Amino acid sequence: MIYSTLAERIRSNKPVVLLTVIDGPNVGATLLASPNLNSLGTLGDSELDRVAARDALGELEAGRTSVRNYGPSGQVTPEDLRDTPTVRVFVESFSPPPQMIIFGAVDFTAALARVAKVLGYYVVVCDAREVFATKRRFPMADEVLVTWPEPVLTARGADLGPRDAVCILTHDPKFDVPAIQGSLATNVGYIGVMGSRKTHAKRLERLTEVGITKSKDLDRLMSPIGLDIGSRTPEETAISICAEIIGKRVGRDVPSLAKSNGPIHR
Amino acid sequence: MREILADIDHWRSQNKRIAVARVVDIEGSGPRDPGAAMAVNQDGEVSGSVSGGCVEGAVVAEALEILASNSPGRLVKFGYSDDEAFAVGLTCGGTVHLFIQPLTW
Repeated sequence: MIYSTLAERIRSNKPVVLLTVIDGPNVGATLLASPNLNSLGTLGDSELDRVAARDALGELEAGRTSVRNYGPSGQVTPEDLRDTPTVRVFVESFSPPPQMIIFGAVDFTAALARVAKVLGYYVVVCDAREVFATKRRFPMADEVLVTWPEPVLTARGADLGPRDAVCILTHDPKFDVPAIQGSLATNVGYIGVMGSRKTHAKRLERLTEVGITKSKDLDRLMSPIGLDIGSRTPEETAISICAEIIGKRVGRDVPSLAKSNGPIHR
Repeated sequence: MREILADIDHWRSQNKRIAVARVVDIEGSGPRDPGAAMAVNQDGEVSGSVSGGCVEGAVVAEALEILASNSPGRLVKFGYSDDEAFAVGLTCGGTVHLFIQPLTW
């Protein structure tokens, strides 16, 4: 019952955390906890279950997997733990996958969606042109939406966080300006915008016209998108974008095109 | 765990006994983070991985032993081994702590 519930929640991208006693009394005992649901199973003591599940839901919220130590009845303070065996509990968080929303249904989109799927993203492709935004062209995408950026970012923006990415691949100001505005209003960790350096300069003018001038906003835009690795094909470009996303997420100083001046292609 | 669910479901549908090995902690350089999982069925078939391929063979042996002895599970540690060229160990120099248990839950 614990396994089937765990599998069901992982598959449906719902958060769940699995607790396992790996040392101390009741080795192998498991407990499954989910936000706002009763937990399943037991670690061998009801008070330990209560305390460990509470801690585990906090770890789940933070997306952390770790080992935590308790007394046999969930004691946590050093005084309480004296002269008691330690129960070591492996707390394994299963968070929903990070999301990547790709605006613009172009050739680069298919390649980027494929690479993003390899990395475990939930991929959404969005374009207002229904002849381009089709499930047939993007079978690898989890969702293909025929609409404008505003409704998508209004509906889903609150769910976007540091692990998520928005990639704006249209070169069309009608589409990319609202996509940028909408993305800047979220906490999304990565906003990449495709285009040549010339396109980028023109886009900055249009962003100024709509009132996006603060450097803390403009600094969030990775434009031109991707790393300066001389990528040419859609697939190579997809790799350079995903590599930039990884580097930015972990805080590495990666050679982004947005920070260099040379030609994008040589 | 996500990537081994399909194999586990398949084995469960055949009523195979299954052990699951999970990385619970690493020290130093380790190839896979905590949560990396591998499943082994009673016939020694494997799904998933817990290292870069360095310790999987030994994990299968431990998993089969745990299934055979009705153990509730145990912690197993693999570290660097440089004195015995063919001994099980991580060439990256780290230590990986695994918890291996029968999937009875």
